[in-house]
Amino acid sequence: MTGRIRRGNLDLALEPGETALEGLLRGGVAVPSSCRAGACQACMLRAVAGDPGAAAQQGLAPALREQGWFLSCMARPTGELVIEEGPPPAIGATIAEVAPIGPAIVRVRLEPDEDLSYRPGQYVQLIQGDHVRAYSLASSPADGRALELHVRVHRLGRVSRWLAAAAPGTRVGLRGPAGTCFYTEGRPEQPMLLVGTGTGLAPLRAIVHDARRRGHTGPISLVHGARDPDGFYLVDELKGMSDGTGAFSYVRCAMSGETGGEIEVGDLAQVTQRLFPNLKGWRVFLCGSPDRVTALKKQSFLRGAGLKDISADAFLTAEMPPPPLRTPAARAT
Amino acid sequence: MTSLYDEIGGAVAMDAAVDIFYRKVMADERLAPFFDDVDMERQAAKQKAFLTMVTGGPAHYSGRDMRRAHAHLVAEGIDDSHFDAVVGHLAGTLKELGVDDAKIARVGAIAESVRNDVLGRDPAV
Repeated sequence: MTGRIRRGNLDLALEPGETALEGLLRGGVAVPSSCRAGACQACMLRAVAGDPGAAAQQGLAPALREQGWFLSCMARPTGELVIEEGPPPAIGATIAEVAPIGPAIVRVRLEPDEDLSYRPGQYVQLIQGDHVRAYSLASSPADGRALELHVRVHRLGRVSRWLAAAAPGTRVGLRGPAGTCFYTEGRPEQPMLLVGTGTGLAPLRAIVHDARRRGHTGPISLVHGARDPDGFYLVDELKGMSDGTGAFSYVRCAMSGETGGEIEVGDLAQVTQRLFPNLKGWRVFLCGSPDRVTALKKQSFLRGAGLKDISADAFLTAEMPPPPLRTPAARAT
Repeated sequence: MTSLYDEIGGAVAMDAAVDIFYRKVMADERLAPFFDDVDMERQAAKQKAFLTMVTGGPAHYSGRDMRRAHAHLVAEGIDDSHFDAVVGHLAGTLKELGVDDAKIARVGAIAESVRNDVLGRDPAV
């Protein structure tokens, strides 16, 4: 039996032996491709319904597979496959609460008009007038419909300053979720390292809670980096999560400050490397400033973590173009 | 004749090989500067395509593709020493995966066949 492909207005019956890529090209859809052998990933598309088949997802990171991404050159679906055409429509949300939780950091609680289906650690695009900004979700769907964002208030930030001053009841738009920085099940005993700077703590905290909720048994280590010792937040909550058994450890690392206390002082990548010299077999999550995330990603890979076991989410600030929602690699540099 | 690609386990083996190979290349200070600014996932995918090709697997790259893909590196100064280093890491990767020397030599021969294209040289040289 041969499959059907649907994408927007296109509804096409595949010919025997034809791949989804070949079918889409025949139907006039310009899908980029290169190797056509399931290696280069140029032809990666996302299925919103239907099964692209195991061969079309071989080699993709678990987070991509879970979200339906597949290599169209390897897909020979036997049923109907519905392919994502554009970004999902925006939904409305009401700001329920804005509260300071750290130095120049506010927690924004949002009540979306409808349930948002997301994985803790993913991000949404927040729309305010003509402005769009990406914020990671610090909440979990298990805690209810409300969403929680940690927003760094930039000195000249148009959206962040507006959010910090927004009254409860103010309306915003949301698009998403997006991003592949989230916990995937299957290896509960795997040691986990999470490293983030600034509000990169938001998704990492959500991922830790999600991992525990899903029965993760391996040790979990969270390293939070800040410029100076006053830059940390949620310290009490995170300290309270350690029970002394080593199942969860929490490290703060400041770039400058007095050494000898309970805060590590030094370069985040160097401190992380000293504390976690061998990452072979580890699952690694990295969130925060692009330069730190890039350096930590490379270092984690060289220290033995498999590339598919590293999830990275580099936070862009407003000077940089907002990340497109459709390409999973674009935000995770 | 089955290809070495199939003998060592096809696409699944390529996924195991690419991490080992890419890590060797990135840890090599002669090669690392050329990989400083690249997207790691995209680079790993390209390396998987390369490994698929040199093991005789189903990768449809022509000499022209290899030329075009490496033209910017030629402009940055890659030469035979870099090519040799990459082929060395390729052999080391396959050895780590338990591939015997005769098969590694076969892979080396396929890699050798794209040397002039990668380095942007006239095939007659």
